[in-house]
Amino acid sequence: MEAKIHLPDPSLIKEELINRYPAKVAKKRSKSIVINDPETIPEVQANVRTVPGIITQRGCSYAGCKGVVLGPTRDIVNITHGPIGCSFYSWLTRRNQTRPENPTDANYITYCFSTDMQEENIVFGGEKKLKQAIQEAYDLFHPKAIAIFSTCPVGLIGDDVHAASREMKEKLGDCNVFGFSCEGYRGVSQSAGHHIANNGVFKHMVGNNNTPAEGKFKLNLLGEYNIGGDAFEIERLFEKCGITLVASFSGNSTVGAIENSHMADLNVILCHRSINYMGDMMETKYGIPWMKVNFVGAESSAKSLRKIAEYFGDAGLKARVEEVIAEEMPKVKAIVDEIRPRTEGKTAMLFVGGSRAHHYQDLFTELGMTTVAAGYEFAHRDDYEGREVLPNIKIDADSKNIEELKVTADPVLYNPRKSEAELEELKAKGLEINGYEGMMKQMASKSLVIDDVSHYESEKLIELYKPDIFCAGIKEKYVVQKMGVPLKQLHSYDYGGPYTGFEGAVNFYKDIDRMVNNPVWKLIKAPWEKENTEALEASYGA
Amino acid sequence: MLLRHTPKEVKEREGLTINPAKTCQPIGAMYAALGIHGCLPHSHGSQGCCSYHRSTLTRHYKEPVMAATSSFTEGASVFGGQANLLQSIETIFAVYDPDIIAVHSTCLSETIGDDLQQITKKAKDDSKIPEGKYVIYASTPSFIGSHITGYANMVTGMAEQFSVSTGEKKDQVNIVAGWMEPSDMREIKDISKAMGAKIVLFPDTSDVLDAPQTGKHEIYPKGGVTVEELKSTGDSKCSLALGCISAEPAAIALDKKHKVPFETLDMPIGLSATDRFIMSLSKAAGVKVPAEITAARGRLVDVMADMEQYFHGKKVALFGDPDQLIPLVEFLLDLNMKPVHIVSGTPGQRFEKRMKEVLVRAPGANFKNGLNADMFLLHQWIKNEPVDLLIGNTYGKYIARDEDIPFIRFGFPILDRIGHSYFPNVGYNGALRLVEKILSVLMDRQDRTALEEKFELVM
Repeated sequence: MEAKIHLPDPSLIKEELINRYPAKVAKKRSKSIVINDPETIPEVQANVRTVPGIITQRGCSYAGCKGVVLGPTRDIVNITHGPIGCSFYSWLTRRNQTRPENPTDANYITYCFSTDMQEENIVFGGEKKLKQAIQEAYDLFHPKAIAIFSTCPVGLIGDDVHAASREMKEKLGDCNVFGFSCEGYRGVSQSAGHHIANNGVFKHMVGNNNTPAEGKFKLNLLGEYNIGGDAFEIERLFEKCGITLVASFSGNSTVGAIENSHMADLNVILCHRSINYMGDMMETKYGIPWMKVNFVGAESSAKSLRKIAEYFGDAGLKARVEEVIAEEMPKVKAIVDEIRPRTEGKTAMLFVGGSRAHHYQDLFTELGMTTVAAGYEFAHRDDYEGREVLPNIKIDADSKNIEELKVTADPVLYNPRKSEAELEELKAKGLEINGYEGMMKQMASKSLVIDDVSHYESEKLIELYKPDIFCAGIKEKYVVQKMGVPLKQLHSYDYGGPYTGFEGAVNFYKDIDRMVNNPVWKLIKAPWEKENTEALEASYGA
Repeated sequence: MLLRHTPKEVKEREGLTINPAKTCQPIGAMYAALGIHGCLPHSHGSQGCCSYHRSTLTRHYKEPVMAATSSFTEGASVFGGQANLLQSIETIFAVYDPDIIAVHSTCLSETIGDDLQQITKKAKDDSKIPEGKYVIYASTPSFIGSHITGYANMVTGMAEQFSVSTGEKKDQVNIVAGWMEPSDMREIKDISKAMGAKIVLFPDTSDVLDAPQTGKHEIYPKGGVTVEELKSTGDSKCSLALGCISAEPAAIALDKKHKVPFETLDMPIGLSATDRFIMSLSKAAGVKVPAEITAARGRLVDVMADMEQYFHGKKVALFGDPDQLIPLVEFLLDLNMKPVHIVSGTPGQRFEKRMKEVLVRAPGANFKNGLNADMFLLHQWIKNEPVDLLIGNTYGKYIARDEDIPFIRFGFPILDRIGHSYFPNVGYNGALRLVEKILSVLMDRQDRTALEEKFELVM
């Protein structure tokens, strides 16, 4: 696939991006900056340590664990064990929407809980205060579950959050208490926290309730966090198609749903990076296959619904899915036809997440726009190159520190939903069963793929490519806009959305049209600053 | 209800903080460092700290907030972060070329005992700091104090590490800005200029966090106190510290190091605190108060008198930071309003003492600061004694909506409105703006809820 637009010579650009770096840094960064070839898929260095001082987009393990994966479940009391900051910064900032059924149902999303560790707790240990905090949370709210998140000092001073949680769980009797060792220094990015969160949710929640789930086509939605209401749109489509959503990991979810999730017959994965561990573990223990889908983009949503119907192999479901698509698509098409003439031929860059930088390219394609450069903030090689590279990924010291759960088939509950032969047959039909082909196969040849892009590289890229839109996060938003280029936040959606499904696609088209064609970008220069200003001439009204 | 689980009954808590009215030290240090011209703040800890602080400051200002991190991994946490900081210093000077790197610590680097003074000295000894460039530092452990403490520590660091005394006194007054907005710092400079007072204001985030759209990103915007100015603070004839918690420590440091005498003032928010500031500045700089300042004061008092009926007896709940709350509460009392509930997560006996002095005029008011003085408690107090007005940062909107209380955004962070970085709260003009805001929300409420026959045209 060649890009429709003319791209500058990427090898020269790569040179430009690294030539200011000290030699060692340049050498390291050059392995993470790759000129794409969708046919051969070159290797991308990813999930390695960020160069100290380089100004990275990345956050920490705590952010990945508490902020991303556990944050969206509304009825867990999430207590951050540490000094006050970490809990404060992750308080409501990820826009995880949730919709309790009744006004009295538990919803702690608007609350922020912390042990607010003080110096004496650092010196003499904080476990006592933690247990006190758990007791107080229980006395106040009587929640179904309390989760404890370790911040940096906790691991260093040797507080055992797991022992404290076990003790309190036993003491309280009717409250599931469990801890996460997600100290910020673990791993090299948020990614470590995702893995730690997956392990904890799998160990402490999944499988706690064996009541068979009702419904004919039962699935779990993995790696969808209901930012801006994304999960609501997908829920709407499932309901329309007659697909039962048992649990979501974890947008708009509840403890009860997650505890019962092993009763589903399929796991569909949206954000591969943050939740693939859960898919693998549930497959091994319960025999539930997982399938990569994508609900970002109208065409992609249609394709994903068809894949789900194909998996269940039911003629009625297939027909219903076609009806739903036929009902939804014309509205989308009408909008895209109206907007596309204004977006056609424009260029985009996406540096965000571990999945979004891939899937949002679908929406830009639907608008006739080309992604000239993209990369993830915290992904691994498999997210770029596809899961077939997994056996070749070298496990370094930072990854080794993250626990790999030893999962085996459950003696009672293991029940392969499909036979090996059936799975092979589905794969042959193009379903990404237990697989993910990654970002690069979809990107144009000679486009740039850059992992963990630095501030310096982003500015250079904008200078060299002058993209029509740049997608990243809040830290980059106003930097890029100061350069006169609109930035679409793909973590918070600039407080808009949803962007999934058919309605989401329409929202996105409209937002991008508004942004790239906004008159404000032409107002930056004052009239007297513009070149070729004509000499002031007197003019008189007629 | 957004905060549906908050019960009316208040129970003492010791372990659990819920909905904090503070955050941690390093973000304050980062904010302060942005008020030095040509400075790149650096967070010595895990990446998450830097990312969280930059994100929060960015959401508050809608401006670029540049800062770097030592990117600790597990290895650095076990063996110490020296190598990470040295590598950071090298990378930053090579790639981003700041004049100054201002390093602050985090709970992680403090817990493992990294010594910033020793590491920055090593960087100098190893020639990692180019000629004419600087690395300054502040110890900002997150498990002590609050974001205000971190701000104070970095401001103290810049005073201590840059100031020199040449032996020759300069005809200038240091003004140490407590944690205030760029708009407030600009207003302090404007007031001083109007008075003809020669000042060095530090830190100074104006023209940094309110930078214009020019089509170009300036990593080091025009504003910020310069190194030369900071150096000269040791020669100033005196210092005025605007805030006993966030500004005074830097003034003390200058007094200790260079015998620069100081006076600590409340931050000039509201009428009385601004009066004291103007008097002190006039005395310190040896200048007369010009007629235009007196006129600005007169306009404020005029509005206060004309609209007094709308303020009288109105109950107010507030949460936020010490140096802003103290004069704000005093101003509410000057307006004849009734501050009834006040919380701040920032600890400190100075704060308690000063607030209690101000609250002598508000018998029965609830005030708590430090541990477990959080917004959960404030909300419970409000449930027990309802108020007419809530003043605090954006997180207050959840209480305001549940309890249906008129709400003014004030303090840090303000994530959902603009204006705080452009229009001041300090000085007489700032006070006039506050009066306008208070009146607007109270009158909007009256307009919305008045019976039809009681709906007023003129107010």
